[in-house]
Amino acid sequence: MAAATLSADRGTLGSFVARHSIGLFLSAIFIAPIFWTLLSSLKPPPEARQPPLPPWPTTGFSIENYVALDSFGAGLWHSAQNSIFVSVSSVLLTAVISLLAGYGFSRFTFPFKNLFFIMILSTIMIPFQSILTPIFLLLATFKLQNTLTGLVLVYVTLQLPFSIFMMRNAFDAVPKEIEEAARIDGARSVALLTRIMLPLVWPGLVTVALFAFLNTWNEFIAALVLMTDQEKFTLPIMMTAVQSGRFGAINWGAVQAGVTVMMIPCLILFLLLQRFYIRGLTAGAVK
Amino acid sequence: MSSTTPSAAASAPLRAARKGRPDRSQWIGLVYIAPAIALVTVFFVIPLGMTAWMSLHNWPLMGGHSFIGLDNYVAITKDTRFWNALKFTLYYTVIITIAIFAVAFPLALFVERPGRMTGFYRTSFFLPVVVGFASASLLWSWLLNVDSGLFSPAAYQLGLTPKKVNLIANFDTAFWSVIVMVVWKVAGFTMIILMTGLQSIPGDLTEAAKIDGANAWQRFTQITLPLMRRTLALALILSVAGSILAFDQFYIMLRGGPRNSTITAVYWIFNQSFVSFKLGYGAALSMVLLVILVVLSLIQLRLLRNPEGT
Repeated sequence: MAAATLSADRGTLGSFVARHSIGLFLSAIFIAPIFWTLLSSLKPPPEARQPPLPPWPTTGFSIENYVALDSFGAGLWHSAQNSIFVSVSSVLLTAVISLLAGYGFSRFTFPFKNLFFIMILSTIMIPFQSILTPIFLLLATFKLQNTLTGLVLVYVTLQLPFSIFMMRNAFDAVPKEIEEAARIDGARSVALLTRIMLPLVWPGLVTVALFAFLNTWNEFIAALVLMTDQEKFTLPIMMTAVQSGRFGAINWGAVQAGVTVMMIPCLILFLLLQRFYIRGLTAGAVK
Repeated sequence: MSSTTPSAAASAPLRAARKGRPDRSQWIGLVYIAPAIALVTVFFVIPLGMTAWMSLHNWPLMGGHSFIGLDNYVAITKDTRFWNALKFTLYYTVIITIAIFAVAFPLALFVERPGRMTGFYRTSFFLPVVVGFASASLLWSWLLNVDSGLFSPAAYQLGLTPKKVNLIANFDTAFWSVIVMVVWKVAGFTMIILMTGLQSIPGDLTEAAKIDGANAWQRFTQITLPLMRRTLALALILSVAGSILAFDQFYIMLRGGPRNSTITAVYWIFNQSFVSFKLGYGAALSMVLLVILVVLSLIQLRLLRNPEGT
């Protein structure tokens, strides 16, 4: 199918129509579930309980499904706040720590440098699912069990291998002469990093932040294991509780609304920052 | 260890200064990497050691733990439910990997060359990737619901089935529903990786083959595929490693059912550790999973480092 389209001469009208019919059809299939949920979430609750045929509201638009979400447990908006706190803190911490580490690994020579670098990178080989129990116990020892701060620290650690790798490469790509010129002008280390280097490695940092946000916003199993208190649920955990009927009969309208709330930030960020995302993907893939 | 790292970093330049080494200013680099090292040590290296240590213990959540040597590992060999979970995980991994490639490769060929609308197509196919596994699973659990969902009622209304079929009530339909969901969710990711591989093939190679009279299929099998070996290996390993760790979709969409037939390895470890609270036993199971994944990563490193030796 695709091979035929590929070999066809794109100049002719027939192949043009064929290619774009296929393209639009496939695009529709991939986008459909997302739009289906989005539209159905705007139905009044009695209609949202019915099969979504057609997907759009037929008895008027309503935001009641979103309002209903706040009646479950600690409330959806409370969970949303938790998710926002966790994701934003993780993004900021990841950015700062990987910026510093990337600079350190790229520009300095010190004992055990390669050992440290390999240690950080090799954690990517080990599934973090297998170390969740000790993390659970460690957080308890630090009096961080059931705290969002604890979850943030775990998330940042999981982001570090990719982020430090990205940032070291970003710094490696900056010519040494720029730094030397600044040094001669008397810039000190920290000023050098923030004033001269930061604008130059900015794209790498955006990539790191974007991946950190998407990964932490969507993370499921660690939050499920580590956050046992309803007050501390992040959105995925909260919505799974709603969907499992933990708060009584399953309200599918509320599930559609919750899923929409979970998806929208990811979709918007991706559409805005697409080229940074693809850059991260290929950097991780090629190296 | 975590507490010694920052202090070592701080004292390093001093030590260098005493010895009068010329590169002591370089040691400031240790300060820059110290926060990263501290976090990785506390939240990764130490837990890793603890997993190994705990796996040698009987370790309930409450009360003391006792050293029992390799008893947990002996118990694993007799744990048929774990082996069933592992078997199911491997079955899932094989099927999903084939399914993903079957969809992603044609998509990659379709969007490889830039052209009108190609950007739009790439973005559309990729959109589900940025939606989390949990969101996607919740979304599809609604679409699959027998009463309020899409598929069963639609099939019934179109007259395809005599009555509404509960898709998640028996193994085959439940399993394939998850497969369809995961392919929808991750095919775009594999597509982009394969696409970068396709784009790295020099155009004049295929042109030359065309002049020599090779048809499209011959060009594909003789030139494209061999030159994409590294990319294929990468996409394959990423898919396999991700699938072996599958948990979210089976937990959210199926709750391991019907009749515990879709419990994956991670799901079983989760149950043992955090439902039954057999932390020591869960740790031993984790070690088994960890070894499988590390072996896989080493194979990956080998495949990617040496393009000739596949």
